Amino acid sequence: MRTTALATAGIVAVAALALSGCSADSADESGPVTITYTNFISNDGNEENLQTIVDAFEKENPDITVEVTTLPYADYGTALQTDLAAGTVSDMFDIEYANYAQYQANGVLAELPVANPDAYRQSLLEAYQTDGTQYALPSSFSTVVLYYNSDLFDAAGLDYPTADWTWSDEQAAAEKLTDAAAGVWGDHQPVSFYEFYKVLAQNGGEFLDDSGTKVAFNSPEGIEAAQWLVGKSGTVMPTIEQGQGTPDFDTNLFKDGKLAMLHTGIWVFGAVADVPFGWDIAVEPGNTEQASAVFSNAVGVSSGSKHPEAAAKFAEFLTSSDTMVQTRLDSGWELPPISDEAALATYLEQGDPANRQAVFDSLDGIALPPVVAEGQQEMQDIMTEELVEAQAGRKTVEEALASAEERINAVIGG
Amino acid sequence: MTALLGEAAADVGDGDRHVGAPVARPPRTRRSRRIRYTLTVLAFLLPSAIPIVLFVLGPMVAAAWISLTEWNLLSPAKWVGFENYANLLTDPETAEIFLHTVYYIVGYLPLVYLGGLAIALGLNTALRGRTLLRGVYFLPVVTSWIVVALVWRWLLNPVNGVVNTVLAFFGIEGPGWWADPAWAMPSIILASAWKDLGFVMVILLAGLQSIDPELLDAARVDGAGWWRRLFSVTLPLLSPATFFVIVISLINGFQVFDQVYAMTGGGPGGASQVVVQQIYDLTFRYGKAGEASALSWLLFIVILAVTVVQIRGQRKWVNYG
Repeated sequence: MRTTALATAGIVAVAALALSGCSADSADESGPVTITYTNFISNDGNEENLQTIVDAFEKENPDITVEVTTLPYADYGTALQTDLAAGTVSDMFDIEYANYAQYQANGVLAELPVANPDAYRQSLLEAYQTDGTQYALPSSFSTVVLYYNSDLFDAAGLDYPTADWTWSDEQAAAEKLTDAAAGVWGDHQPVSFYEFYKVLAQNGGEFLDDSGTKVAFNSPEGIEAAQWLVGKSGTVMPTIEQGQGTPDFDTNLFKDGKLAMLHTGIWVFGAVADVPFGWDIAVEPGNTEQASAVFSNAVGVSSGSKHPEAAAKFAEFLTSSDTMVQTRLDSGWELPPISDEAALATYLEQGDPANRQAVFDSLDGIALPPVVAEGQQEMQDIMTEELVEAQAGRKTVEEALASAEERINAVIGG
Repeated sequence: MTALLGEAAADVGDGDRHVGAPVARPPRTRRSRRIRYTLTVLAFLLPSAIPIVLFVLGPMVAAAWISLTEWNLLSPAKWVGFENYANLLTDPETAEIFLHTVYYIVGYLPLVYLGGLAIALGLNTALRGRTLLRGVYFLPVVTSWIVVALVWRWLLNPVNGVVNTVLAFFGIEGPGWWADPAWAMPSIILASAWKDLGFVMVILLAGLQSIDPELLDAARVDGAGWWRRLFSVTLPLLSPATFFVIVISLINGFQVFDQVYAMTGGGPGGASQVVVQQIYDLTFRYGKAGEASALSWLLFIVILAVTVVQIRGQRKWVNYG
């Protein structure tokens, strides 16, 4: 009837035993080769754009065929881990910055020599180096900005958000824009680890101490930052019971014209492009400092790949070719990780949102996710769980942070 | 089941040796006949034996080995002996997730059994359209848990769900259901009982239909009322079906996962975290396959113990007529 509990865990091992012998065919390098690539970056709307890049690569390299598998982001991590354990991983696969260190340390990434390193934005390239060696190539970057519905601002007679805004400006506007009777909310910011480390940086706090094995967020700055994050719920933002926190809830609310301000990434540009009201973006307000979240995806070559040269060739094409730059800019996909500012200039003239300059301005002050050697996912889950406890009012912010501090320290070895 | 068949096969083999062959027959032929017989039995067993070995016994043995290591699925496993077991047995969280699982079973079992019994009794009468109704009650059993869980999440939405809207109509303020730690497990229990009602109903209905109507008629002639017939005739004769339902429900109850994963994910704040959800999280979220395998074995031992106790205890109350 049901898979037994034992089988759930054990099946991985059997798969490993059974499949490790037949992971890839060993064609010799001179003849035509087929490389496999598993990705999440093209899921949900950019599959054809990825195919455009693949087609261009195959045209330039008739000996290499690329087989693409696309998985939804939510299942990607589980699928990748299972494939790595079973020895059935593709020649190339996507990783995120936050997980890079862990995969690199576990030796699943092959060294990835770059023919033309100058093509890349240096900070992004260096993010995927360990001890001076390149183990993955950045495939894109994106930032989180403040979206706003300008029609709602006009109706309330308020000025639009600017890069000079701080939390208190946002708070004041959100309160005026919230209209419970009309079902209109002033603001939405997810209550999660990914928002917390950022608002912490916006308030001058640190997530980890210098040792990297102890947290440092249980501080006055941290408490104020957590209060800012969880305090919106039920006042200017819907509660969990009202749907907050379910997938796509926030973007749908914004698209329905029922949300005045929305904190989310530039990857939603396409999803909100056709709304029947005016909208734009601004750099996210900070408190004492400006700090925007920057996310970067990368592609790595499996250390078990039978065709590392062919895979490395495609990896570089996928992350720095002109075809890639053009495809990404034309479609409004996440930004190409390239150093050529002139090529990026066309991005600014693509239309909605008008203030695309804010995307680049947000790079002036960035907050990168804290990365630990062990227990990354557990740390993120605990942080989100404790913040949600505070959001639901079952704990005070102080209690939640104290509990998060104790639990995370136990996990990351502090 | 394999063990039982194996024993049976061995018995027949023994019989063959003692009674079957005359003394004069050359031993060689006798042995070849026995080998042929064994091969025939094996051939019949293979279709179920292969998947059992490959997908149940194999992973169990593998999990036993993994449980003695530290393995994050990426690097080679590191031998740690019984450390995973020691950690689990001293971690208060382990007791907590087992308690949550027992809470689920204690809430779920009476609900699904009594509900299934009531429906089976109702559908065992000459009701119009009973075939249709049997199908309707069985429909949730064959529906995907993900679909059921999403529908129940929506029904039990604390703010605008159907259930709380109806309650509000009667002036009752509904609880926070899956958003409230105190109500998360009852929400899961409710959805689970609803989904499995049809399965229990079918088993009990089959049991009811095997009861000789003459026994009930005799009881009626003797002046027994409806309740008396139910408690003195129907339920004792239904006890084998009841026993089957309880054994199966307990085993499935200890392994509750799909609905927890889809309805609450173990939350809020870990309030509905159960054993198998923990095994899943440990393996696929936190890269602790060793600890997860150890927990799997602990769960297996608990299920085995509970089932053995039940099978021992059945002599006292199960009536095979």
